[in-house]
Amino acid sequence: MTTKTAARAAKPATMAQALQRAMRDAMAEDPTVHIMGEDVGTLGGVFRVTDGLAKEFGEDRCTDTPLAEAGILGTAVGMAMYGLRPVVEMQFDAFAYPAFEQLISHVSRMRNRTRGALPMPLVVRVPYGGGIGGVEHHSDSSEAYYMATPGLHVVTPATVEDAYGLLRAAIASDDPVVFLEPKRLYWSKADWSPEAPTAVEPIGKAVVRRRGRSATLITYGPSLPVCLEAAEAARAEGWDLEVVDLRSLVPFDDETVCASVRRTGRAVVVHESTGFGGPGGEIAARVTERCFHHLEAPVLRVAGFDIPYPPPMLERHHLPGVDRVLDAVARLQWEAQS
Amino acid sequence: MEEVDSLQQRSSTVQEPPATVAYRPIPPPAWKPRTDPGPLLPDAEPFRVLGTDAVASADPELLRRLYAELVRGRRYNAQATALTKQGRLAVYPSTTGQEACEVAAALALEERDWLFPSYRDTLAAVARGLDPVQALTLLRGDWHTGYDPREYRIAPLSTPLATQLPHAVGLAHAARLKGDDVVALAMVGDGGTSEGDFHEALNFAAVWQAPVVFLVQNNGFAISVPLAKQTAAPSLAHKAVGYGMPGRLVDGNDAAAVHQVLAEAVARARRGGGPTLVEAVTYRIDAHTNADDATRYRGDGEVETWRAHDPILILERELTERGLLDDEGKREAAEAAETMAAALRERMNADPVLDPMDLFAHVYAEQTAQLREQAAQLRAELDAESEA
Ligand SMILES: Cc1ncc(C[n+]2csc(CCOP(=O)(O)OP(=O)(O)O)c2C)c(N)n1
Repeated sequence: MTTKTAARAAKPATMAQALQRAMRDAMAEDPTVHIMGEDVGTLGGVFRVTDGLAKEFGEDRCTDTPLAEAGILGTAVGMAMYGLRPVVEMQFDAFAYPAFEQLISHVSRMRNRTRGALPMPLVVRVPYGGGIGGVEHHSDSSEAYYMATPGLHVVTPATVEDAYGLLRAAIASDDPVVFLEPKRLYWSKADWSPEAPTAVEPIGKAVVRRRGRSATLITYGPSLPVCLEAAEAARAEGWDLEVVDLRSLVPFDDETVCASVRRTGRAVVVHESTGFGGPGGEIAARVTERCFHHLEAPVLRVAGFDIPYPPPMLERHHLPGVDRVLDAVARLQWEAQS
Repeated sequence: MEEVDSLQQRSSTVQEPPATVAYRPIPPPAWKPRTDPGPLLPDAEPFRVLGTDAVASADPELLRRLYAELVRGRRYNAQATALTKQGRLAVYPSTTGQEACEVAAALALEERDWLFPSYRDTLAAVARGLDPVQALTLLRGDWHTGYDPREYRIAPLSTPLATQLPHAVGLAHAARLKGDDVVALAMVGDGGTSEGDFHEALNFAAVWQAPVVFLVQNNGFAISVPLAKQTAAPSLAHKAVGYGMPGRLVDGNDAAAVHQVLAEAVARARRGGGPTLVEAVTYRIDAHTNADDATRYRGDGEVETWRAHDPILILERELTERGLLDDEGKREAAEAAETMAAALRERMNADPVLDPMDLFAHVYAEQTAQLREQAAQLRAELDAESEA
């Protein structure tokens, strides 16, 4: 290591900083990249993810819009039609709902309905998920709605490096990307230098975060740290768990997931979003269809309860934690006893 | 009565408020409106050119061109409706009676400008130069948008009402950021003005001073619902004031007037003067679409009144009176329209050939593994079908 790189050597950085640098680098490289949303300018976003961008690139490149989610996304569609690459911030998960009409009726299908003539190279950044003690409408996990809409990519980073690498890829993508930012990981830190070069991660590739032999935990976003912790804890019980971080829900990396499940023979899907009609159902079905003969037990799901997101004082009971994951792992000792 | 009595009884049991009020309202800090709304307000009467002194300054060439386009447009509406009866078109929302708006919208734009039509505005797209067959792709059941929007600078015909309006704002805004003097004209119906996207688009346009013109064709109905049940505003043009942009009210059957108002709004937008909301008062002579039964919600008398104010009729009268149109000119316009209709009929006579494998094209820039699998499945099904 040279002294120069040593000087830039990793120091703790947060996911929010990594996301911010991804936007800054993209804006510096490509003048068509525009940031827009509520409070993204002077304030730098309520989570400060766009901090400093308006100052550095001007208010035309990082724009405080009127308070109207459909209008923000709708105007972004027109901007994309004219060759810009808008990166839209939705302030919180549940406030993206007014923009669903635009997302579903136009953003997701513009390429398709124009036979490729009008691609929609835009990113919709959505801080999502619970665990921050947010009041009502500030903690939804809305990924299933996005997954159900063909034409959208749905991406969610779980690490500081991925936050950078995946957001760069999302902005560079010629297709619309719903970029779900696990808000409780915004302040998670990693030894990552905001100056050092970081790889741009291709969208659609899952990664094995932890190797193991006895079962696979399939997870993403805010539940990744939970699964890693559970995997450590499970060692005491004799379980050697593999942890797969999906990173992208659409497209879905069947290959990495199935390769893991074929090795381990058992799988648990873990996410915060509701179980009924949630992403876990789709994932479990895909794994079962592809790996049935390798499975020693049914694919289990550990998800949020099927309830509207609970108040902060009760959210810890709702969010899948380490214990719930371990309980599921214990149930993988499947002996047709039921 | 009974209800009122019981209410009174109940209210008599409510406790009296204390005699002295501790709180005294403090007046708000000085505040006054930022803009004098006066100049933004529409005229009391729809602006007209035909049959008024204003017509003297209208360009005769333009009037003649408008006439020819109206005649062609009327014929186009009739032909497209006929094609629905022959099963060649799945559905057609006619603009018979509204041709002045459609044609004027197209002619008010320069080539570099963009048109954002609603599902009803095929005629505007055709008047702008789009191949009529391509314009009908959506309504035919072939692929949704039969043309490259960038080539014609015509956005896809939008079916979800008012959702194309913010697109127009975004595009115009982007053009201005890039330094291009491009204007976007977005069309919407009276019913569409009740949608949230209408509000958001107008608000964004005014805040950003985007070079956009909104054209509301107030044709009296949203399917069956009359304007009175749609809004309580004095007029739809009045809505502009609340956003801080001028509202213009125009006789939507007076092609010269609609063209003038739109051309002025487009010029103002191009100069950096910001957006305008134009309400064109017109009438839908045909039913909502060929599938609709208009007799359920309106009487013949009403339609007849509007027929007397037909856009072709009033322009023809004006031109004839002023010696700008004779029988020969009328025949020429009719013949041109007939030629267009015959070509359209002929070209629509063949079933479009669609490749089922196209279902998987253009969902994403690059096909996902999931779509590749599904494409292989369909391929196998098609092969089996062709073998059988
Ligand atoms: C968001 C949405 N809601 C409902 C419809 C169904 N719909 C199609 S046309 C129409 C009436 C539209 O009326 P108006 O905006 O006045 O336009 P016009 O049909 O008179 O041109 C309705 C309700 C739709 N297309 N989009």
